[in-house]
Amino acid sequence: MISFESVSFRYRGDAPLALEGVSLTLRQGELVAVVGANGSGKSTLARLCDGLLVPTDGRVVVDGLDTADPASLWDVRSTVGMVFQDPDDQIVGTVVEEDCAFGPENLGLPGAEIRQRVDQALGAVGLDGLQRREPHLLSEGQKQRLAVAGALAMRPRYLVFDEPTAMLDPAGRRSVLEITERLAHAEGHGVLVVSHDTAGVSRADRVVGIVAGRIVFDGPPEGLLGDPALLARVGLSLPPAARLAAALRDRGIDVPVAAADAESVVTALWR
Amino acid sequence: MALTLTQVACEYAAGTSLASVALSDVSLTLEVGQLVVVLGSTGAGKTTLLRAAAGLLALSRGTVDVDGRPASGARARRGAVGLVFQRPEAQFFSLTVEEDCAFGPRNLGRRPADALDDARGALAAVGLDPDVFGPREPWSLSGGEARRAALAGVLAMRPRYLLLDEPTAGLDAAGRDAVCAAVERARADAGVLVVTHDADVFLGGADRVLVLRDGRTAFSGDVPALLDALPALAEAGDVDPPEIPRALMLARRRGFAPGGALTLDVEAAADTLVAARRAAAGGAR
Repeated sequence: MISFESVSFRYRGDAPLALEGVSLTLRQGELVAVVGANGSGKSTLARLCDGLLVPTDGRVVVDGLDTADPASLWDVRSTVGMVFQDPDDQIVGTVVEEDCAFGPENLGLPGAEIRQRVDQALGAVGLDGLQRREPHLLSEGQKQRLAVAGALAMRPRYLVFDEPTAMLDPAGRRSVLEITERLAHAEGHGVLVVSHDTAGVSRADRVVGIVAGRIVFDGPPEGLLGDPALLARVGLSLPPAARLAAALRDRGIDVPVAAADAESVVTALWR
Repeated sequence: MALTLTQVACEYAAGTSLASVALSDVSLTLEVGQLVVVLGSTGAGKTTLLRAAAGLLALSRGTVDVDGRPASGARARRGAVGLVFQRPEAQFFSLTVEEDCAFGPRNLGRRPADALDDARGALAAVGLDPDVFGPREPWSLSGGEARRAALAGVLAMRPRYLLLDEPTAGLDAAGRDAVCAAVERARADAGVLVVTHDADVFLGGADRVLVLRDGRTAFSGDVPALLDALPALAEAGDVDPPEIPRALMLARRRGFAPGGALTLDVEAAADTLVAARRAAAGGAR
């Protein structure tokens, strides 16, 4: 379990608190979405998960290891995988499969195991066939998927995604969100997705809403999607499918509040 | 007055073993005051089209003209076309936001004081108070603020044609709304060409839509025509349909026949779905 215990953080001695009194947990097999406006402290929270940042106050504990303890940092980092907002920051290989293999190679795994992990990871993000492509020839969306594949190939117990879908097209966005869901629910990883994209919210087991560094909501997706005032407060807009669901409820039809997409709306109409 | 692309073709690494054709035979006209949206799957050539339109690429065929003159070369009209790249906030280099925004107009020969006025006006136009944000360090801005400041840096040059590459990617709802409002305001003096995956965000106000597939034109027309063509374009993987028409398409696919054309409007779609449901219930009785 990753556990935040009353965590506060500031970047400099005189800077305002970027996070204040944050407590939350992420268990294996669980998909948690952290949502908030640009500048709310979401990315700071993500970087605290694996000790890239350590709390100014409070503790972050990963499977019993305090991230502030230098002696446990190696174990923390191999337990928690990170995918950042900008894929260019984490692509190092000269061709796609080599980039994806960088992490597993560093673990000293046998060649066959590395090959299998790389093929599986690239397949999972829809980059099979591009193994020999140079990363700088990939589109932004393809690069982002390569960054996700690089983290997947490490098979960490927890995966933290910081805005993984920001540069993807809607189909790519859906496929990455499906991947996050599968990693949590089918493969038992603990997955934390930091985002302001409401499309990812409905899939999550729990949603954590952050405003100006403080948690204002921690509960099921319906609790957030069904509360327009709260949604606006955390800087999100109602996803189009949920707006359609609301318009149908206004017309007396029982459609779920947390309708994630057009499929769930149409299914509810003709069940 | 218009920005005109005529049968444009672009090839990367031409003449080498890595040669790849990014655009073939694409034509487009952007008039001042218009909003043209370019859609297409990842790798379809959307960004290449923008770079070609800005005169940044050597064309292997075709022409790009700005108000009747070539977009690149000695006779080009400097400052007439403003291009905002993906993640433009990566390009800040001045110590303050207003200096950064003033760089463009100063480079076009405006006096420093006038350039600063242009910069402050542009910041206000994107919803950033120049008194608050002007003196800030660009690196201290949040994602949405930085995106808008970078957009202001291009608006400060008062381009007649504004080319935007994924202007809302990575922004939260408030940032997206602010960018859309800025685009609407820019249309008063400029033609705007937007490359986007967020069809939901920009289609509502678009005059025309161009859909690219493997560097070629898969569709060109207005929004009602796009909605007519949407099922086929979605089937081919060119356009991921916005959620509202997608719900109507799904209802059709399940054998319920909501009448009328596809729509982007939530209320109209809800009416259509309710009517189709009632008809289906009546038929079952």
